Amino acid sequence: MADIVLEARNINKYFHDPIEVKVLSDINFTLNKGEFVSIIGKSGCGKSTLLYILSTMDTDYEGELVIDNQLLKLKKENELARVRNEKIGFVFQFHYLLNEFNVLKNVMLPGLKLGKLSQEELEHKALEKLKILEIEKEALKKPNQLSGGQKQRVAIARALINEPIIIMGDEPTGNLDKKNSEVVFNIFQELAQEFNQTLLIVTHDNEFAARTNRIIEMQDGRIIRM
Amino acid sequence: MKFKLIKDISIALLLARWRQTLIAAIGVTFGITMFIALLSFMTGLNDLLDGLILNRTPHIRLYNEIQPTKSQPTSLHPDFLSSYNFISSVKPKNDKLELYNNASIIKTLLSDPRVSGVASKITAQVFYNVGTIDLTGVINGIDVVNENKLFAFEQYVVAGNYMDLELIPNSILLGKGAAEKMLANIGDVIQVTTTKGERIPLKVVGFFQSGLQEIDKVQSYASISTTQKLLSESNNYITDIQIKLYDMNNAPTIAKEFQEIFEVEAIDIQTANSQFETGSSVRSLISYAVGITLLIVAGFGIYNILNMMIYEKMDSIAILKATGFSGKDVNHVFITIALSIGIFGGALGLLFGFGLSAFIDQIPFNTEALPTIETYPINYNPKFYFIGGVFSIITTYFAGYFPSRKASKIDPVIIIRGK
Repeated sequence: MADIVLEARNINKYFHDPIEVKVLSDINFTLNKGEFVSIIGKSGCGKSTLLYILSTMDTDYEGELVIDNQLLKLKKENELARVRNEKIGFVFQFHYLLNEFNVLKNVMLPGLKLGKLSQEELEHKALEKLKILEIEKEALKKPNQLSGGQKQRVAIARALINEPIIIMGDEPTGNLDKKNSEVVFNIFQELAQEFNQTLLIVTHDNEFAARTNRIIEMQDGRIIRM
Repeated sequence: MKFKLIKDISIALLLARWRQTLIAAIGVTFGITMFIALLSFMTGLNDLLDGLILNRTPHIRLYNEIQPTKSQPTSLHPDFLSSYNFISSVKPKNDKLELYNNASIIKTLLSDPRVSGVASKITAQVFYNVGTIDLTGVINGIDVVNENKLFAFEQYVVAGNYMDLELIPNSILLGKGAAEKMLANIGDVIQVTTTKGERIPLKVVGFFQSGLQEIDKVQSYASISTTQKLLSESNNYITDIQIKLYDMNNAPTIAKEFQEIFEVEAIDIQTANSQFETGSSVRSLISYAVGITLLIVAGFGIYNILNMMIYEKMDSIAILKATGFSGKDVNHVFITIALSIGIFGGALGLLFGFGLSAFIDQIPFNTEALPTIETYPINYNPKFYFIGGVFSIITTYFAGYFPSRKASKIDPVIIIRGK
């Protein structure tokens, strides 16, 4: 049996305001190491909500979530922050780079927080990641001097810096044009194939999803295909 | 490592809004500057005004008072011990104002470790004769050397040399006001009449100005021996013993003790001049209140700017949290920002406060009432700088506490989703 990276068991989620609405019901699935999985579904079907639960940022749910054999229910806020820092890499629709820091420092930030490597080692590693994404030339620029595609690649480099066991993406190509979307997809694919990286990407781009290893389709808060 | 990271992020955020940050810091600087200057000046003034009275007032004064005997013979008589006696029109007995056995009292006092100095004194009621007019006056017969040592007598002598009192027999040092009334100059001889009707010529050797006009119009100084001669008393006659203590705060208890031991009246400085204590404490209270208000206003400035910064940097905070920074880390970042504003602004404020005090110290301040003062008084007490420094840090900490708590509670999901 392949290593299970992430497991969702009977996850239910309600919105309480203004009235009680069940947004996720009975979500059960597992992710194995090296899988490149996409979650698709129409707007409002709960796919982003699910991703935020899986990413540990949303803790208001029922059921159990296991990442890397750790049960995350009942963990404290700072322990969850540690899990996100160490085990999960994020790529969002918007790049969310800090304009106050240059590209290199942006990539290094999660690593500095983790504190396992020295400044120099981390710098070296960050440059390595930027090289994989072919933007090492921009390392000393500020994020606002980069193009949209470049920014998204920096965001991916940042997601990779701590060698997470899973990368999660929320519409990572949603803001990009065709060409840049292609670049980002190729990067993900390369990560999955060459580095055996587990990826879980929420998207509404069916073309994108079709090329991943596995598709989880959601409708009205349920998984209808996986 | 961890702290360095938080420091880096704080600095980056600070520099991103450096103008607002600078204004916030200037607010603190201004607050602290005014706090220091105000307190230094106010306290300087207080010390000056207190010194006007307190420096010249003995901590304890021993004297005799003419008063009726406390226990009348009837109450001592065995036949009336169990009854309650009413005696009307009790008169004081013909006691002298002289302190008996004063030589041994002074000897005892000087060997008391709590006493820093003793000066004896005679107070004599006189009339200054100006032509046909008699002006009432008081001549204080003083032990010139000790008086100067204990009460800085020299400082109030505006003309002539105070030591001449001791060196020239039958000399007098007139109050400025009294001298002006008598049109007396140094070297003139004036006539005084004692209460016993004797008329004696005295040579004017100088003037003194205490700053309290009423005193200057009436009082004069002469040496003890001159005053004894004036009163035709023996050379061991004195009416007052003035005592300075090492610790003024003990005066009331020690006064009570001396009163019992020496069987004389003893009055302490606190009882004699209670109004000054009240005045100065109220004045410093007001200065503290104003200074602290300034700092709190500066604190609100910091609060505002941090709040704005948090709204502006919502995205950054969200991503920091998404990539593994805990609420506590975010909290530390904003507290660090607030504290650096406080420390930077506060340190500058202390510096400027010192500068402003030094400047005020140079401003000329001449007044008739205070002959020894030439510039505005400033008290450079390090205590104010300490309080100012600590308070700037405390206010900025609290100004940063609430915004940073808000920042730490930001839910990254809502922001990331909102885009």
